[in-house]
Amino acid sequence: MAVNARTLNETEFFYGHKACAGCGGSLAVRIALKVLGENAFAVLPAGCMSAVGFNFPQLCFGNNAIISTFAGTASMLTGVQAGLRAQGITDFHAVGFAGDGGTADIGLQALSGAIDRNDDILYICYDNEAYMNTGIQKSSLTPFGAKTTTTPAGKNIHGNLRPKKNLFEIIAAHGIPYAATASVGYLNDFMRKVEKAKQIKGTKYIHILAPCPTGWGIPTDETIDIAKEVVDCGLWYLAEYENGSFTLNHQPKEFSSVEAYLRKQSRFRHLTDEDIQIIQSSRDAKWEFIHKNFK
Amino acid sequence: MKPYLREFVPKNLEDIPDTTSYEAGYLVTKNAGWRNIRPVIDTQKCTGCLNCYLHCPDGVIFRKDGKVSIDYDFCKGCGICKKICKIGAIGMEAEK
Repeated sequence: MAVNARTLNETEFFYGHKACAGCGGSLAVRIALKVLGENAFAVLPAGCMSAVGFNFPQLCFGNNAIISTFAGTASMLTGVQAGLRAQGITDFHAVGFAGDGGTADIGLQALSGAIDRNDDILYICYDNEAYMNTGIQKSSLTPFGAKTTTTPAGKNIHGNLRPKKNLFEIIAAHGIPYAATASVGYLNDFMRKVEKAKQIKGTKYIHILAPCPTGWGIPTDETIDIAKEVVDCGLWYLAEYENGSFTLNHQPKEFSSVEAYLRKQSRFRHLTDEDIQIIQSSRDAKWEFIHKNFK
Repeated sequence: MKPYLREFVPKNLEDIPDTTSYEAGYLVTKNAGWRNIRPVIDTQKCTGCLNCYLHCPDGVIFRKDGKVSIDYDFCKGCGICKKICKIGAIGMEAEK
């Protein structure tokens, strides 16, 4: 049976944490752990979720959890699963929760190595589109035009100059057994993907877009709506990669307005109409690629 | 069982473990002070659809008698539950 709000494990495994009100990343961690259950062994690198989850003696994980080095989420996961197997424990899920910086910039080589070895791990990247924990610096998953402290918006340069790195397809290019994208605005889709990844042996990767009210400049109650809207306006997509082919899970009938999505967030407030036009045409190019290559 | 509030708070050096591990789910402080508005559930209107329970980033909404209830010790008052509730059974009230 499909996992949903009614069938979901009622135990909370991530509770009492110190994340900002309305945090999308903590919601992704909470839901993933509820789907995986008490046999999950979590690894968290430096980043928001380790900073808010382990403030000794306030320890917010109800299951086994450990902080890794920033670059070593995937390599520590490899060690955790090898250690568990060596102890004769077979019923477990080694799961990592890293932010976008810890995945796409700093932890990329360790992740690539783990996929190459096909270790039995689940790697979840909660993507809030910048280094939020240290005060909003640009990562390679920060979208074009976004204002961060390292890509400020001025008269000549309007925020981040580079587009968001295409991490999902980079991971898929390894020939990984299972990879998926998700959004906290579509939790049923995310829960289904975690449940599916739970059953698969080998390396699994899920990339979930998790809005950050603090860094994006949105009210705390907007998190879910904005995470839905980013999918509906076509700037993010829900897809899976399995057995060498891509599948699109959600095709918006008609894209909602990109401008309306951008104007809601203070990190995009400085954008000119031309900037928005650039974002819109890059979206259209992306979807042309998706329609050509995804099922 | 979820992580819960403990009475014993390690304060002295001898209370702190000399290894890097400690009991999981050990809470010593509440998050209630972060809030300046609080969600209040109208149990007459609530249909128990569990959308608020599913979307709460802090997991403070729990199932109770076919409906839901809130753990105010750890609610931060973000207001996601109010927005997600389609039938308007959750209202936000100012903290006094």
